[in-house]
Amino acid sequence: MKIVVCIKQVPDTTEVKLDPKTNTLIRDGVPSIINPDDKAGIEAALTLKEQLGGTVTVVCMGPPQADVALREALAMGCDDAILMSDRAFGGSDTYATAHVIAAGLKTLDYDLIITGRQAIDGDTAQVGPQIAEQLGIPQVSYAAEVKTAEDGAVVVKRQFEDRYQLLKVKTPCLITALSELAQPRYMTVSGIVNAYNKEVKVLTFEDVKNNLNPDFIGLKGSPTNVKQSFTKQVKGAGTVINVSADEAVKTIMDKLIEKHII
Amino acid sequence: MDFEFNENQLDLQKMVRELAEKEIGPRAKENDEKDVFPVDVFKMMADMGLTAIGVPESYGGPEATDIERMIAIEEIAKKDGAVATILAVHGMFVQALEKYGTEEQKQRFYPRIAEEGYYTAFALTEPCAGSDPASAKTTAVYDPATDEYVLNGNKCFITGGARADAILVFALTDPSLGAKGMSAFIVEKGMKGFSTGKIEDKMGIRCSETAELFFDDCRVPKANLVGQEGKGFGIAMNSLDGARIGVGAIALGLAEGALDESLSYIEQRVQFGKPISKLQGIQWYIADMATEIETAKWMVYHAAYLRTVGKPYTKEASMCKLHNSKVAREVTNLAMQIHGGYGYMKEYPVERMYRDAKITEIYEGTSEIQKVIIAKQVMSAAKK
Repeated sequence: MKIVVCIKQVPDTTEVKLDPKTNTLIRDGVPSIINPDDKAGIEAALTLKEQLGGTVTVVCMGPPQADVALREALAMGCDDAILMSDRAFGGSDTYATAHVIAAGLKTLDYDLIITGRQAIDGDTAQVGPQIAEQLGIPQVSYAAEVKTAEDGAVVVKRQFEDRYQLLKVKTPCLITALSELAQPRYMTVSGIVNAYNKEVKVLTFEDVKNNLNPDFIGLKGSPTNVKQSFTKQVKGAGTVINVSADEAVKTIMDKLIEKHII
Repeated sequence: MDFEFNENQLDLQKMVRELAEKEIGPRAKENDEKDVFPVDVFKMMADMGLTAIGVPESYGGPEATDIERMIAIEEIAKKDGAVATILAVHGMFVQALEKYGTEEQKQRFYPRIAEEGYYTAFALTEPCAGSDPASAKTTAVYDPATDEYVLNGNKCFITGGARADAILVFALTDPSLGAKGMSAFIVEKGMKGFSTGKIEDKMGIRCSETAELFFDDCRVPKANLVGQEGKGFGIAMNSLDGARIGVGAIALGLAEGALDESLSYIEQRVQFGKPISKLQGIQWYIADMATEIETAKWMVYHAAYLRTVGKPYTKEASMCKLHNSKVAREVTNLAMQIHGGYGYMKEYPVERMYRDAKITEIYEGTSEIQKVIIAKQVMSAAKK
């Protein structure tokens, strides 16, 4: 099976601190990571490859620094990496981004495309579905489990807040991965060495211009305008305890007594 | 001169840091309390290829040197000194096999280490032979009828001894010759006559499972003799030279971990109406800790570099261990001082780090033994 995973390099929001004076995010010095949902997608792809054979190609649109994210994916075990990078792509919203990535994907041969559900820096959950629309292939979003059927189709468990849907979909198709889809493996020592022996292929505007409409990319091709942005109120992570209602009451009471609140 | 890690090394550092922060750190408190070998963590390290560092590429190992090994040990020690110890001691077997093992031994053990998560240990110390390993009592008598050696005696304080799949054991093939009569053997788990005793109840590095080993007419095939008969003491000393850089890296990691904890605590802890980070007394502690850590870092990586490029490193390895273990003890001490009463509580990790740090002045040769080695090296160089 030929699998393509689309990833995004994002700032590690767990490391982002707030400037108490301006109440804005301090982005300087914040490490970049592979978006967590996308990383689960990589893991799912590698697992499928181990079961069925085939290849996993990882694609990322971004500035040249995004090369780091692709090398990490190679070190996890992906076969090929493609960086879509060009000034012409800069400033793209979700629609324009999907248009560019779809143009890149048209140069590849694939059975399954996996994207993350959404990126932790934008939280739109739009790029994956829009890529499928641009390519004219079926899509299943919010995948919590992926299997293959005997006829080569893909069976996806789609997660809703209160239920699951089990969908069988013909390939080629696109799924968007929840982080629950798979627990990503770590890079390996030899994987890191191999990653540096492999080439990250760069696709520029020139390479994909026949597959896209230049009016639909970059800042001027983006229909979305950001009217205002603000920072979410930061909340503590809290503690989740999965127990029965009776035990939950007791746990809370014990905590309150321990802290002398009651 | 070049003081930078290369891209591979930076990626490795990032990878191990992630493992340490996400998997090892969160388990450290429980592993310390339970005092049980962290099988799951060892498997994770094996899956990532960390336990295969040192296995030559031709036997399935990764393309990695002692510098990569030190990066891994340092990053892990920031979160758990016991797990770092497990990894470092395992490396002693791997390294000894590379230098002294036969082709057949390499083919037999290296693929298991590289691919099957094989865990190995190192057994030199005996109840009456610590700083003076030549006074060991364990014997190995060759039996030509079966082409085996028969081992009798016992070893103590062996890291992971009860868990290891294979252990490099030192025994006297000719007790009349002392150090010159010592030989090295690979004893495998389950060999008849080999058993393990109690797990020591230790102050720190608790989950490393320090074990007693017993050899009661334990028959070891001649194929498991490492190096020549009578050359064991040299193998042990060479292995310890390498291991001392590892202890230096453990000490460095512990100190860095304690500084990290302190840096976060001083911003949260408010006394006299402001975070204690605003107090100059605290700032001086931070400056001292950071400066000591900086010296420790270069001692580790300089010694590892010398070993990697094949230059003599005995003196530098001993200096690294002597200096860094002191840094670890002092920095963890200051970290606890900064944390005040909270630092003394098990709720905060500095209490464990303080306990873990002390062993670095003792194992793989005490600080006093390091001084003996350093003085010998320095004085003999002066005579040349």
